Parts: sequence; structure tokens; C-alpha cells
Amino acid sequence: MTSATQPTANTDERVKEISSFRNALIRPELGGIVGTVAVFTFFLLFAFDSGMFNSQGIMNWSQISAQFMIIAVGACLLMIAGEFDLSVGSMIGFAGMLIAIFSVTLGWPVWMAIIVTFVIAVSIGALNGFIVVRTGLPSFIVTLAFLFILRGFAIYLPQTIERKTIIGGVSDVAEGDWLAAVFGGKIFTGFFQWMGDNGIIAVFERGTRKGQPVVEGLPMLIVWAIGLVIVGHIILTKTKFGNWIYAAGGDAEAARNSGVPVNKVKILMFMFTAFCATVFAVCQVMEFGSAGADRGLLKEFEAIIAVVIGGALLTGGYGSVIGAALGALIFGVVQQGLFFAGVESSLFRVFLGVILLGAVILNTYIRRIITGER
Amino acid sequence: MNPEHAPIIQMKNIEKHFGRVIALAGVSVDIFPGECHCLLGDNGAGKSTFIKTMSGVHKPTKGEILFEGQQMHFADPRDAISAGIATVHQHLAMIPLMSVSRNFFMGNEPVKKIGPMNFFDHDYANKVTMDEMRKMGINLRGPDQAVGTLSGGERQTVAIARAVHFGAKVLILDEPTSALGVRQTANVLATIDKVRKQGVAVVFITHNVRHALAVGDRFTVLNRGQTLGTSQRGQITPDELQDMMAGGQELVALEDSLGGTV
Repeated sequence: MTSATQPTANTDERVKEISSFRNALIRPELGGIVGTVAVFTFFLLFAFDSGMFNSQGIMNWSQISAQFMIIAVGACLLMIAGEFDLSVGSMIGFAGMLIAIFSVTLGWPVWMAIIVTFVIAVSIGALNGFIVVRTGLPSFIVTLAFLFILRGFAIYLPQTIERKTIIGGVSDVAEGDWLAAVFGGKIFTGFFQWMGDNGIIAVFERGTRKGQPVVEGLPMLIVWAIGLVIVGHIILTKTKFGNWIYAAGGDAEAARNSGVPVNKVKILMFMFTAFCATVFAVCQVMEFGSAGADRGLLKEFEAIIAVVIGGALLTGGYGSVIGAALGALIFGVVQQGLFFAGVESSLFRVFLGVILLGAVILNTYIRRIITGER
Repeated sequence: MNPEHAPIIQMKNIEKHFGRVIALAGVSVDIFPGECHCLLGDNGAGKSTFIKTMSGVHKPTKGEILFEGQQMHFADPRDAISAGIATVHQHLAMIPLMSVSRNFFMGNEPVKKIGPMNFFDHDYANKVTMDEMRKMGINLRGPDQAVGTLSGGERQTVAIARAVHFGAKVLILDEPTSALGVRQTANVLATIDKVRKQGVAVVFITHNVRHALAVGDRFTVLNRGQTLGTSQRGQITPDELQDMMAGGQELVALEDSLGGTV
């Protein structure tokens, strides 16, 4: 949406002209943009020499931010559609465990394990959505139930099958698998080699990998994150379906009266959230080479916090995917930045709490401006 | 009203039962194009059930609905909407957080094809919204102005303009004026008049006799699930309407004790 005001000949004297500054203020991304600038300024000033901004450092916080982004996109669209999913974190642990069990324990080809896992996860997302729209219960309660159900299975399955809570050896079976590479591979390796050769990024000085760049390529994790953000943003702002997402969250009853298939939209968003959680899980399993029962703990809250920092309203109907992505970036940069700056890492939680509170207060204020409430 | 025209909707002996509750006990109403047909009744008289039957939300237990002479069986509101029966609800018409243009096209989004993908055509939507709003006498700051910044009367007007733009032949207005101030009510009534002159049949639900008499061509009063007949403009006085709505006797007694007209 562009925000150009066109002064017409018959302007209403009762409508006050809105300054462009105020107009810029009522964008959902505002909080995210301000936060991103602030966070980068802070770390550029205080942690510039710590290695945070060399190629490895950048790759480090980019990957963490990308992880947050992947789940934030799903959580963002779902929140705009007026619902929550608290089962995201458990879904990450559960989906990762399924892949490891299918591929390592059962010996299926990895591509098949990944596809079947996606089908199961997205079906659970659909079930979540179906229960919410059918019973009219708050999604908070329904998905809280799934938080426990899925986490329980993520622990129970490996315990019963393998008598342990971590299943390793996924890297070995994933070797050379085409679909595994889509989640765990790296692209632009040639470009990174070229950058290494030309001294733009650091290369290994000695050892078996002498001459190779310290950062070999762009991890698929980041590609997925950027891809999901772009797709999510286009769907939300530029398509008919995006209008339905806003409408479903803004006022489900009004949307239904206008012929918007609200239930379908909500169920699809639950499925999309589960899809994003599974993308996260597959990338993580491929990166670590193992699946752990405790993976993804508290991720649902981190996703929701990133979305709220990005300007979405908890009550639905308003928000931005770009904002959520910026929220995720702030998250990743601060989490890793504190480590680089040598600050006690527990302070990260203090920071989270503070920024969450600030973001919610700012959002409430912005909503008052938009809806003209006083 | 144009009596030479055939009715666009005929509701014949509509009955609607909810379990053991009889909400409508045989209601018949004819609606003509270009008329403003006021449906009056007190709370619980069956007005809402009746219009929900007309707009496809409820299926009648008995009776038939003829739309342009054809028997209709609406499976859901979308059927009714595509046939040209649009409903504007009292509170549930607009989404305050969304822009006027997004609201205007909600559920009817214009799309343009870019490559294999269909995209929401914002330029077209914005242009149409501004034009339609100007026609109805509302000056927007821009098409992206949020509906939340509009007054209640303006929101109703946007909803009415939207319904008419999307080819409504019958416009059902569910108590559009009940929460509005005097000035805003006047604006909505003026909008109803504009729409009626375009040949749209307006079904105006209200329990305010003065609002009904200001624009109505014909008046049907519902009481306890039954119709007490339809009257022409000029053949009925406000007091008579009021009495019919409230069931007569008790209200007269009440008015005496209050010392004025309710």
C-alpha cells in the first residue's frame, strides 16, 4: 500500500492533513526498523572488533536470525489471521525426530523421510486449525494441548525405539540425497571461493582446508528464510488471499458476511505454520546430523515475540511479514552480539522481556492512531 | 415504487422453526425494484430471522422464496450474494484495521495476472474506491485510510456503496441507523434514497418509526413471528405503526403512565 496523499479539489475541512512523518509512523514495520537500526548501531559501536562483523561472525548471526525468520513468517501470517500456534517448538522437536526415525532407524531414503514428515506435520497443523475453527475454542488452549502432545511424542518415540533421546547418524544417510541438500546444503560456493581468493573474506591459513574460505557458501537455511519472507510478504500484501488473511483476523464475522472463507483461511495458516516449523526442523537435523527430543524448546514464544516486535497485533488483523523478519533479525543479532561483546548471556532474556514490552506498548499506540480511538 | 414492475423477491408463507421455537409463523412479503421496503418490529419479532432467510443464512422450514419469478434455494449466503441479494449488517460490516479500499473489495478482490500468478489489483481497487466514495459524498484522505477512522454513518455508507457496486439488486440493511447520531442517520437515509433511485430494492430493517417513515415506500410490521400486513406510504400514521409493532394495548397503557409517546 502506498501512502501518498492526493489533495483533491473538494477536501473536507474536517479531515486534518496527516504529516508524512505521522503517516510513516503508522506502518507496522516501524518498530522493527527502529529496533534494527538501534541494534546494529549499538553492536557496531561496542562490538565491532569482536569478530561479529567479519565473514564468520556475519554468517553466525545471519544463521541464527534465519532460524527465527523461518518460524516467524508462519507465526506472523497466523497471528494476522487471528490465531496463535503454541505448538511450533514441539513441532520442531517432533518433526526432527520423525525424520531421524524414518531415515536412520527405519532406513528409508532421506528424501522419503522428509516428504512423509512434511505430510504428517502439515496434517497436524490442519488438525490444529480444524479443532480451533470447529469448536470455536481459543487457539491458545488447543495448541497448548498440542505443545504437550507433540513434545511427549518427541521424547516417547526415541525412548521406546532406540532407548535414547537423541538419534544421530542422519548426516551419514543423508550423504548425496537430493532433497537433504535442499535443506542442509550450501549454495554460491564458487562465489565464496572467489571472494576468499580475492581477499574479500578470510581463508583458512593452514591445515587440510588451506586456501578455502572460512565461510564456504550460503547455507540453504538462509535461502529458505529469505524465500519464505518474500513469499509471505507477497501473499499478504499483493494477493486476494492476503486480503482474506487480514479480514479473517480483523473481524471473522464481518469477513464471513462478505463471503471470505474464514475457516479455510485459518486452517491453511495453521498448516503453513506447521510447514515453517518443519522447514526449521529439517534444516536443523541436516545441520547437526541428529535429532534431539528437546529441540525447539520455547521456539513458539520466540516466534511470537519476533512477530510482535515486527508490529503485528496479538489480536490479529494487522501486521507485516517484513516486520516479523526484522524482529527475527533483531533477535538473532542481539543473541549472538551479546556473546561476541562478552556480555553474560542470561542478560539476553532480560533484553527480550524489555523489548517485548516496548514493542507491545508501541503497537497499542499505533493501533489507536489507525482506528482513531482515543 | 413502480407497481407495474414485477416483484423482485416474493417471500411466501415463510415459516422457520428452531427446535420447538417458532421464529416465523408464515410471513409473506413482496419486494419491488426501486422501492424502500421497511421491515419494522420490536426485538424478538422475527425481523432478523426473516432477513437471514432472505439472504440465505437460514433455510425456511416451510414456504417458498421466489427471486425474479424463479424459485430459489440458497445453500449459503454466497449463493444469495451472487444472485444479487446483499446484506449490510449493523455492526459487522467493516473491518476497522483495514483500509477502506481493502474493505470495499473484501471477498470480491480484483485481480490482475502477472505471469502465472494472480495479484490483487491495488491500483484499480484504490481508484474505484475513491470514485464510489466521492459519489456518496465521503471525502477520503486516501484509499488506504483505515475504516476505523470513519464515523459510524460513513461506515454504513461504505458498506452500502460496496454492495451496490457489486451489483446488488436487493439490499438488505439490518438496523443501519440504530447506533447513529442524528446527522449520521440523515446521511445514511440520504444514501438509501440515492440507491433506491438507481433501481435497487432496499429492505430497511428498523424499530424506529421515524427513520422508516423518512424514506420508506411501504411498511411491513412483524410481531411475534407473524406479519401484520403491509401498508403504503401515506396510508398509515406513525402512531398506527408504533402500535402495530408493540402489540397495541400494553404500550398505550405505558404511554399514559409516562405521559408521552414512546
